[in-house]
Amino acid sequence: MATPKALVLRTAGTNCDRETEYALTQAGFEAERIHVARLIENPAAIADFQFMVIPGGFSYGDDVAAGKILANQILHHLGDAVNAFVSADKLVLGICNGFQVMIKAGLLPSAKVSPEEAGRDATLAWNDCGKFEDRWVHLSCDSEKCVFLPKGEIIALPIAHGEGKFVPRDDTVMQRLQESDQIALRYVDADGNKGGYPINPNGSTDDIAGICDPSGRLMGLMPHPERFIKVTHHPQWTRGGIQKADGMIMFQRAFDYLK
Amino acid sequence: MIYRVEIRSKENFGDPHADMIHHQIGELGMESVTGVRSARLFFLIGQLSADDAARIADELLTDPVIEEYHIGSSGDPSDAALIEVHLKAGVMDPVAASAEKAITDMGLPIEGLRTGRRYELLGDVSDAQKQKVAVKLLANAVIEDLYFEDHTPAETTEHTYDFQVIEVPIRDLDDEALMKLSTDGDMFLNITEMKAIQDYFKSLGREARDVELEMIAQTWSEHCGHKTFRSDVVVRNNAGEVVEEIPNMLKNTVFGSTKELDKSWCLNVFEDNAGVIEFDDEHAVCFKVETHNHPSAIEPYGGAATGIGGVVRDPMGTGLGARPVANTDIFCFGPTDMPLDDVPKGVLHPRRVMRRVVAGVRDYGNRMGIPTVNGAVYFDERYLGNPLVYCGTVGMLPADKCTKRQPAQGDAIICVGGRTGRDGIHGATFSSGELTHSHETEFSHAVQIGNAITEKKVLDTIIQARDLDLFTAITDCGAGGLSSAVGEMGELIGAQVNVDSIPLKYAGLTYAETWISEAQERMVLSVPQENVERVLKIFADEDVEAVVIGTFGVENRKLRLHYDGVEVLELDMEFLHDGLPRPTKEAVYEKVETPSPKPPQRGDYTQTLLNILASPNVASKEWIIRQYDHEVQGGSVIKPLVGVTEDGPGDAAVVRPVLESDKGVVIACGMNPHLGDLDPYQSALHAVDEALRNSTAVGGNLERTAILDNFCWGNCNKPDRMGTFVQAAKACYEAAMTYQTPFVSGKDSLNNEFQTDTGETIAIPATLLISSMSVIDDASKCITADAKEAGNSMFLLGVTEGKLGGSHYLLAEGIESGNDVPVVNPAANRTLMLTLQKAIEAQTVRSCHDLSEGGLAVAAAEMAFSGGMGVDLTLDGDSTVNEQAMLFGEDAGRFLVEVTPENRESFMQITDGLPVAELGQVTDTGRVVIKGAQSTLIDTPIEAAKAAWQGTFDW
Repeated sequence: MATPKALVLRTAGTNCDRETEYALTQAGFEAERIHVARLIENPAAIADFQFMVIPGGFSYGDDVAAGKILANQILHHLGDAVNAFVSADKLVLGICNGFQVMIKAGLLPSAKVSPEEAGRDATLAWNDCGKFEDRWVHLSCDSEKCVFLPKGEIIALPIAHGEGKFVPRDDTVMQRLQESDQIALRYVDADGNKGGYPINPNGSTDDIAGICDPSGRLMGLMPHPERFIKVTHHPQWTRGGIQKADGMIMFQRAFDYLK
Repeated sequence: MIYRVEIRSKENFGDPHADMIHHQIGELGMESVTGVRSARLFFLIGQLSADDAARIADELLTDPVIEEYHIGSSGDPSDAALIEVHLKAGVMDPVAASAEKAITDMGLPIEGLRTGRRYELLGDVSDAQKQKVAVKLLANAVIEDLYFEDHTPAETTEHTYDFQVIEVPIRDLDDEALMKLSTDGDMFLNITEMKAIQDYFKSLGREARDVELEMIAQTWSEHCGHKTFRSDVVVRNNAGEVVEEIPNMLKNTVFGSTKELDKSWCLNVFEDNAGVIEFDDEHAVCFKVETHNHPSAIEPYGGAATGIGGVVRDPMGTGLGARPVANTDIFCFGPTDMPLDDVPKGVLHPRRVMRRVVAGVRDYGNRMGIPTVNGAVYFDERYLGNPLVYCGTVGMLPADKCTKRQPAQGDAIICVGGRTGRDGIHGATFSSGELTHSHETEFSHAVQIGNAITEKKVLDTIIQARDLDLFTAITDCGAGGLSSAVGEMGELIGAQVNVDSIPLKYAGLTYAETWISEAQERMVLSVPQENVERVLKIFADEDVEAVVIGTFGVENRKLRLHYDGVEVLELDMEFLHDGLPRPTKEAVYEKVETPSPKPPQRGDYTQTLLNILASPNVASKEWIIRQYDHEVQGGSVIKPLVGVTEDGPGDAAVVRPVLESDKGVVIACGMNPHLGDLDPYQSALHAVDEALRNSTAVGGNLERTAILDNFCWGNCNKPDRMGTFVQAAKACYEAAMTYQTPFVSGKDSLNNEFQTDTGETIAIPATLLISSMSVIDDASKCITADAKEAGNSMFLLGVTEGKLGGSHYLLAEGIESGNDVPVVNPAANRTLMLTLQKAIEAQTVRSCHDLSEGGLAVAAAEMAFSGGMGVDLTLDGDSTVNEQAMLFGEDAGRFLVEVTPENRESFMQITDGLPVAELGQVTDTGRVVIKGAQSTLIDTPIEAAKAAWQGTFDW
């Protein structure tokens, strides 16, 4: 089979696209960064890819709300193409700002781009501390169906965001996410225990750091896997004992799924 | 039609923004405010139906999970005091621009959009309190309007401009009238300079035009021309006798050392917007550090943000364009615990300045996707009216595109990026003068408001055009705007510009305003005519505005401007760039030794250590660091916070700017304004040594290290200020020559003085920042300062001389220091650093921390609590230096080093012959213990030491 192709969607203010592209190539993908305006000119081009990654950054400066303007473009210009992409057996990953875009475009939690329904079930609100923060967190991989993560493992990744507090609309949404095994990542401590700030750095409901869609093929997360693909990325690597770069797991599993 | 949309949090979902404001109101000491509610305001302008407005509010502006909207006004709240803050018309509003774009994407006919914020203060709030909160916390009158009731702005009326060439008679003016012209026109030029201009127009046989004078004043401003640094200097002693005469100071100090050192790896130095050195065969690395002090004093958020935005454009405009890979930020503020009522008129409270400066740097740097990796903060009362904001950017560029380029005859001049508005007019001349208490209002137009995303788009597209070799030269629009950019690019061949083709944010700008505006996010390219179409398409494809505004190359090196086909400016490039008379400056300096009083002998110095750890210059800056993204771009190797809980102090940052490569860049800084007062020469040596120490401590390569100077001084027309300036500049020469680290770029910001409403003038301390970049072969051999394992040996490297002048120890004891500062020995320190470097490369060093503020005791405590370990040290019994100086002395050239038992012998071998003392061990007791000859001098649990260090800025 041909090498799987990954599309890194970028726009004004995207700023993690280069390292995300690099991580993808390290995993074996043929990766390409494409500006959303080129896709809007030719939405059919998405079909050439098996994996779409919406990387981190500040698309359109996070103006109005984080991810909102790019989500609005997807909703109004790329809806059909993206809906066709997700109904094929393909993967979508949204990292940080990309997670915010996926939520606001309706790709999460429901895997459907629709202007009327997008963003009604859950949101990523301002961190409880009220400001942007960069720090490393531990995460528990909690979903069996999520393609990107090995259930049961605890991994370390950095976060860097101001709007990352996962808030479901109500208990019904929360229950549905739990029942359908969509809660992919939770903030925990190094031993896997729940805790307050800064273990849960932003006040997310149920410590949620990332979710997937009901199929497990679409995922969004606030932490940055592309920032931990080498041992020297870890803040404590000089102390020794860091054996592997946890962020690579996600790109590697995506590759293994598609190859 | 205007629709007002109010958006607020649903009741169950908290409002962190309002909570933060409430917290800050508490800090103002206003306990009667029991809570704050806030709302975002949008004003939609256009032929929209009520349904359209509702759809926009519902689908775009509101987050339906946590927010609700209301169209129209919700009225005066019965239970709260109301404050609304609206951006002034014409002020850059990125949110409005993005929202407008999104509404267009929805297919709705929007014509304009404005934003605001509404605050409701709950509790028993008096009118005076409401005013105070509004003015001190919520709004800045420079860019925002305050309303204490519901306000909906009127649909803005377009301003028009009746074009008319303004002539300014100059040929017949006497000296007094010339100086009046200089003052009234905010030219900040002296009589010699004004006369040179007068002579020029006499020789032309005509009067000047307004824009010609504006352009000359800008080109000749201190900010752009570095007149002081380039001047001839006469130095006198206190008796008035001439002790030294220095022709062209810059050439003979900072420049001079670089020229004499003549390192082959210095690729493009002092000529371009940033200094460039070799990285590897394919890449070069560049670094530039700027200051943005005056704008940050007036509007800290916008000033700091555009400070970052401005310095990021420097690498972008270096060679044929560099991609920024790291930012640095160094700040100097007044004391943040100063009572509100003690803050002089016309000055913002230091706490507010610090919060807003940090927010400005954060929002711009993070949005640009450039990691902010290194910095420092210093505090002194004299920074109250003149806070200092240093911003630096490191960039990477292809090795074959890293030298300064010139436009070719006939190239199109293309202006790329942001539109031109009235923002930042007279920035260059304004930053060259003194601030007064009324500058806050007089120079509000000098403040620029940035839009990071515009700059990011410009960066993305310029790199594409660069990689296709489509342009011949590039520079940024910084101070002086297009006037400066086109003036510099066309210096050798002249240029012609149609000013009316420059895209404007709004109508009404005169040709002169357009030409000198310092509106942000603009770059200028020179593009061969055959490439113009392709270049314009690259920009258009990513929604970046780019316009051909003229042509390079005019006979006789002339610069010509036209408006509506009418000539409005004709100047000779030669006069513009070489016509500035080189001044002679008077300097007075003589050091009269004043020893410091002896600090009190104590049996136990634990509390002294804790006091120093908690002092603002030393205390943890985690509150700031965490707000910066320091890992974006994926190259992070050594982060600004280190250790077992990732919150200890790092000495320097290391990044791998090329993802495929293990090569790294070490970025560090050094500064010590406290020494600057006492001995400017030694202070400068200390600053260089500190930067190099920090760099060496993590694994920097001294032999591939370049440094940068940033002088922030008082008014150097005053001989005493000039005296200390000369001392520091001469020390820079000695330091560069001895450490063999060339200066590759620099900048000075003079006239940092503030006149209070009582007529008192406050000058900042002499403040020299040294930044460094070092290229290393293998970033995975770097080390950090946190102690690693119990049982490892602790070695002190370097000589402690015993002088305490300028130390944080005296500061913490409340003793006024004499000028007996530790003397730096650059030659010995270089040898020591090279040896330590060898030991680190041989991987015999487990951790390393440089000794700086607070000396050995602070370094030992920081290593211990960062590593979650104890240390048990005994001061060197052979030393003749007293115990206080051993504990807290701030001699340069010293390191505390941790070595494992296995490596102890090789480490000692490598460092044989150097001043090295084994002081003790890392322990698992969790205590910092330092013993003297007779007794234990310091004994504290690391938790207490860390709590002291972290408590000061636990905001």
